[in-house]
Amino acid sequence: MTDQAVEGEVGRSRLRKEDARLITGQTNWTDNIQVAGLLHLAVLRSPMAHARITRVDVSPALERPGVVAAFSGADLAEGLGSLPCAWPVTEDIVQPDHPPIAVEEVRYAGDPVAVVVARDRYAAADALEAIEVDYDPLPPVLDLEAALAQDAPLVHADKGTNRCYTWPLATGESFDAVRERAEVTLKRRYHQQRLIPNAMEPRAVVVTPLAASGEYTVYSATQIPHILRIMLATVTGIPEHKLRVIAPDVGGGFGSKLQVYGEEVLALAVARRLGRPVKWTESRSEGYLATHHGRGMIQDIEIAATREGRLLGLKVDLLADMGAYLMLVTPGIPILGAFMYPAIYKMDAYAFTCTGVFTTRTPTDAYRGAGRPEATFAIERTMDELAVELGLDPVEVRRRNWIRHEEFPYTTVAGLTYDSGNYEAATEKALALFGYDDLRAEQRRRNERGDTVRLGIGVSTFTEMCGLAPSRVLRDLRYGAGGWEAASIRMLPTGKVEVVTGTSPHGQSHETCWSQIAADVLGVPFDDIEVVHGDTKAAPQGMDTYGSRSLAVGGEAVHRAATTVVEKARRVAAHLLEASEQDLDFRDGVFSVKGSPEARKTIQEIAFETFTNHDLPDGVEPTINAEHVVDPENFSYPHGTHLCAVEVDTETGKTTIRSYVSVDDVGRVVNPMIVEGQVHGGLAQGIAQALYEEAVYDAEGNLVSGTMADYLVPSAADLPEFTTDRTETPAASNALGVKGVGEAGTIASTPAVVNAVVDALRPLGVRDVRMPCSPHRVWQAIQEARSGGAPAAGGTGGTGPAQSGQSGQAAQSGELGQYGQPGEEGPA
Amino acid sequence: MTHISVKVDGTTYEDDVEPRLLLAHYLRDRLGLTGTPIGCDTSNCGACTVDLDGATVKSCSVLAVQADGCEVTTIQGLARDGEWTALQRAFHEKHGLQCGYCTPGMIMAARDLLRENPHPSPDEVRKALEGNLCRCTGYQNIVRAVLAASGQQDASGHQVSEGVTA
Repeated sequence: MTDQAVEGEVGRSRLRKEDARLITGQTNWTDNIQVAGLLHLAVLRSPMAHARITRVDVSPALERPGVVAAFSGADLAEGLGSLPCAWPVTEDIVQPDHPPIAVEEVRYAGDPVAVVVARDRYAAADALEAIEVDYDPLPPVLDLEAALAQDAPLVHADKGTNRCYTWPLATGESFDAVRERAEVTLKRRYHQQRLIPNAMEPRAVVVTPLAASGEYTVYSATQIPHILRIMLATVTGIPEHKLRVIAPDVGGGFGSKLQVYGEEVLALAVARRLGRPVKWTESRSEGYLATHHGRGMIQDIEIAATREGRLLGLKVDLLADMGAYLMLVTPGIPILGAFMYPAIYKMDAYAFTCTGVFTTRTPTDAYRGAGRPEATFAIERTMDELAVELGLDPVEVRRRNWIRHEEFPYTTVAGLTYDSGNYEAATEKALALFGYDDLRAEQRRRNERGDTVRLGIGVSTFTEMCGLAPSRVLRDLRYGAGGWEAASIRMLPTGKVEVVTGTSPHGQSHETCWSQIAADVLGVPFDDIEVVHGDTKAAPQGMDTYGSRSLAVGGEAVHRAATTVVEKARRVAAHLLEASEQDLDFRDGVFSVKGSPEARKTIQEIAFETFTNHDLPDGVEPTINAEHVVDPENFSYPHGTHLCAVEVDTETGKTTIRSYVSVDDVGRVVNPMIVEGQVHGGLAQGIAQALYEEAVYDAEGNLVSGTMADYLVPSAADLPEFTTDRTETPAASNALGVKGVGEAGTIASTPAVVNAVVDALRPLGVRDVRMPCSPHRVWQAIQEARSGGAPAAGGTGGTGPAQSGQSGQAAQSGELGQYGQPGEEGPA
Repeated sequence: MTHISVKVDGTTYEDDVEPRLLLAHYLRDRLGLTGTPIGCDTSNCGACTVDLDGATVKSCSVLAVQADGCEVTTIQGLARDGEWTALQRAFHEKHGLQCGYCTPGMIMAARDLLRENPHPSPDEVRKALEGNLCRCTGYQNIVRAVLAASGQQDASGHQVSEGVTA
């Protein structure tokens, strides 16, 4: 795949440095770590969604063989603070205490109540069974709308309400005013089902204490070693400088490891108390309860438009399921979406509110895209509805509203300034690759002859704000930290180079890509560069990896640090070559004197000269190392157009993706192979939301889809071959021109697929199918439409999650719609 | 405790183990062969796939005592003298991994497929790997890698036509 046409490293499909250890099994996952005297921690969890704890007796567990210690929540509570929420989105947000282990009350099935520490993991798990806990059941709180009623049972009784916050945004003209003059208005309600992130590596943490000096090393399967260190210091009171956090090889995150988890605190607390190293590794099923979930919203959308299809205004009202507690950025997730509902479209009025609601379910937080997939889904579903209402092609209605390429930079109605983009180019390319017109013609023919297998075509465009983020904007959003990123370059005496980054990769290929960036600037060979990351001692400054930020912020920091290395080296080179700095050329890592190319020094030689410091100019520090902290001036705005063709069997309800085309614009590309891989993975997760996945709870608040056998993570047999392509409009907000790609595929694909499913069924009278569009739901939607039934949303009756005949994974049926009662979401 | 003798990646180990000990935990915790990871507790994900006497098994679903007298090959036993197998090379060259957690299981399952069907179609690859879950790649490059390892690929190195063999 190496692109020989590219001259430098950037833009070349370099094969990955990371692979060698991963394909030979020489990995360093947290659970691999063995140290002398290691003890295993196991966590007893609440079997109930909501209950008062009346008694915990851990003493029988101590009788079990191999058990070293056992603690109840009360035993551990002293000295432990609340788990942090770093994003209190409003001044009056309700922020309940969140003890790392429950003491008086459990608020979701899976809430920790006691721990056992034993010599091996089997002994620890066995001993959990001996712990005695008495519960007084309390009513579960599951329905977002009912939870806000006056007399609703409360998740946090001391707070007097289940309303966590209401966050409003109103920009441009008043929506009511534009509604008055609108010729068309549409109202729709959409449901974002809860999803379980499912990073392939379950979470794990190992803590090794050095009791004599009060120092602790915490190894964790985390996306955020730097943030985790600060938060662990805050929660446990262990001074920050006595804590070292290491993220070893981390097997995926997708937001689920952007968190400060109770188990990380508990392992540290227990290791401190016992003075012994402690390991905790979650089982997958345990993780389904204890690792945060994503999505979980009810979206009420209203648009106002002209008969010509021009958008006048958009009104969005969200109910967002916080779950039982606020975790690191729980309340902020819908707010990350708040600015994205207007998407790529021009309009005059925008009104948004989001109300966060507590429920007795596992807390929600970031999951790939975090707020932006939800926003994109709602607006892109609604744009299709507008097209139908007006008798326009769905591409045409978008074209009439999107920002034209010559209008950039463009300040949207929501107040963001999109720096660059070309929606026309991406869409034209996608339509051509897809064979849009031919597929439409085939669809017409098949509809006319009444095929039992219908063809549906789904369109979705998107943009997103990523590259988190300008610190001052974060301040205005009441986010508790900045959005900068750090990098330093160490020029070693032997000519090798260490790039130290504050980003913390877990599959994103930073070792490869940061090497490419540094190699180009420094002119040193790719293989002479090592990237150091994920250890607060070795890479002390960082804001870590999430929100498609690493390249746009962290990669930019690498670029700037390398540029400074060259500037510093130039001064030394000028001295050594007895020339002025202005008379030096620098190319491919070599300084030479203009006009006399034989007078030359490589930057690697200059690194050695600074090491010896035998002949440096007076007043010059003997180092060419450099460090940079970048705080971006704007978000970056990747965009793209995705097209999906599905075949829907109207007799079985089964949807099969026939073709999928995405054309993404992620700005300048460092490594096309890696970008393509990121898009593939994103598409898979977005399609999974559309067709397969849902965290289902029963009426008592038990997670019914509680194992990987019940929650359908799609396999290779469940997904199609994708056609992916790109346009390249450089970002204006960073020198590299990059925009970020981690979330792009996830954001656009969900509405593309659902739009296709609904498009296939519209001739049968179906107007919506609630996600996941499982065979059961699709079939039901068809039956309801045929019987002329009112609710055309496919959300009636059981909300059975997806089933896949191919994968052999079958999910159980839930008994209750998670977000609102079944059948209430009829067409507006 | 039960005495077992198992040959793993060419070395014979003698151990006393609890009868309930899973092969996956025996490999990881007792032998320190941590190249084989564990991704679930319901035998759905396939991350822990190994070869047991020529059959592909999920080592979380096999007891260590069942491996008594058997030969186990893990991801750590594939390369010879530092030289990767065709599948390992193909996963690297086709970017068939991102975080890499599923990769050992994917490679072991793909190895089994190619033993039985040396020139599979893309669909056959997808079906053969349905017991191995990946959350990063969307599988496309995994399929490419397996096809490439089987000697099938066109000039672009991307699209592979069915039935074509190198």
